Amino acid sequence: MSTVEDYVARIEETCGEEKDSIITFKYDKRDEAVAKILKKAKLEKSISGIIFDLAFQGISFRMFASGKAIFKGVKSREVLHDILAALLLQNV
Amino acid sequence: MNNNPLIYFDNAATTQKPRQVIEAIKDFYENHNANVHRAVHTLSHEATDLHENAREKIGRFINAKDAAEIVFVRGTTEAVNLLAYAWGLHNLKKGDEVLVSLMEHHSNIVPWEMISKINGFAVKYAKINYDGTIDYKDFESKISSKTKLASFSHVSNVSGIINDIKKITQVVHENGALMFVDGAQSVPHMPVDVRDLDVDFLAFSGHKMLGPTGIGALYGKKHLLETMEPFQGGGEMIKEVSFNKKTERVDIDWNDPPWKFEAGTPNICGSVALMEAIKYLESIGMFEVLKYEKMLTEYAVKTMQNCCTKLVLYGSSDHSRKCGIIPFGITGLSSHDVALFLDNYGIMIRSGFHCAQPLHQVFKLQSSARASFYIYNTREEIDRFIEVLKEIEQF
Repeated sequence: MSTVEDYVARIEETCGEEKDSIITFKYDKRDEAVAKILKKAKLEKSISGIIFDLAFQGISFRMFASGKAIFKGVKSREVLHDILAALLLQNV
Repeated sequence: MNNNPLIYFDNAATTQKPRQVIEAIKDFYENHNANVHRAVHTLSHEATDLHENAREKIGRFINAKDAAEIVFVRGTTEAVNLLAYAWGLHNLKKGDEVLVSLMEHHSNIVPWEMISKINGFAVKYAKINYDGTIDYKDFESKISSKTKLASFSHVSNVSGIINDIKKITQVVHENGALMFVDGAQSVPHMPVDVRDLDVDFLAFSGHKMLGPTGIGALYGKKHLLETMEPFQGGGEMIKEVSFNKKTERVDIDWNDPPWKFEAGTPNICGSVALMEAIKYLESIGMFEVLKYEKMLTEYAVKTMQNCCTKLVLYGSSDHSRKCGIIPFGITGLSSHDVALFLDNYGIMIRSGFHCAQPLHQVFKLQSSARASFYIYNTREEIDRFIEVLKEIEQF
């Protein structure tokens, strides 16, 4: 059974008040992760198929075709993990 | 990178390495690898000669009077910590002050704050103007006979502003204090003459000047290094460790500087590779390096000023006072958004606080994007960078 860790290489929290979480997907899984997320989340805006502004379960986030995503203001690592699990692991 | 040619504009963080440096590392491990100073065999002599030649080369590069004034460290951060612990811990007391500025990298703030918690001295902060320059009036109002050390960066790692270190040092000395300079962003990019600047200490990192990571130097005037206590204990930093039957303790005789501050096996290969990096820079000439980077900075600033309506340049727009570093933002996007967008096009820049959160508070910024150049960057790369910035503005 797949886990979030199968897809995610790193989660980095930025300093300061913003406290963004930057998710880097594993290189060999990034296309699959991006495709899964695009299928699940609601696309709000995109530029040239490179940046995607998305919304999922009331949370807005930004994803990049290079296999990275920024979540802003997510309360905790556990909440972020649950969102990623819902995006990457659960069937539509 | 991401199906695009790589454009590397994160040189203030670390630089790429020329073939000569990579070859020097390979050559050292293939042909000269041995520990230094400790053996009588030929290979050890070879390694020692290379390591000590590197020290001399580094000393000459910044015009130190004597190679013994160059202490090998892992980088600028370790150099500040060395100074804080080996000098600060033994010379600063309650009532004394260390003066730094609000533009400092965290590595030139945190060690002083750490030591002040032990010794009870005060750390004072000189204010920064909104254009990123030092508020000299505030600096002069904060320096006094209580100040024992001033610790300033030569070039800001966020704004690229070049501080007038000679002028600052003069005021610092008039007040009877010592002057430490964080040269991490200046030594790689311009001629730096420690005797002309008359600074007491100066530190820099090898990896920001084409050399490998894990090697850097702390320059200190010889008479000051001689009076300082060691930083870490171990082999190499002692002349003698003998068991005293009377006291049933060991008597320790410190080595002379710079070895007194270099406990354990040093980064021998790192020093040799740094020497090669310096040779490479010298073959170009540091005035040429500075001139070229100023040309790139001027070109980038001018083009960026007119390229997009949402682009904001932070700090001084006077590029004659700046050195190869351009902080900026795009209205409505975080610095990380900008960096990740550029990354898609193979353009590497830095985003965040760049380890200088107090300066971002001065600029009233959550974070900033930073493009920083070096000798291998080109105007064509800047054109491509601008092209992509125009695209991001659509967002």
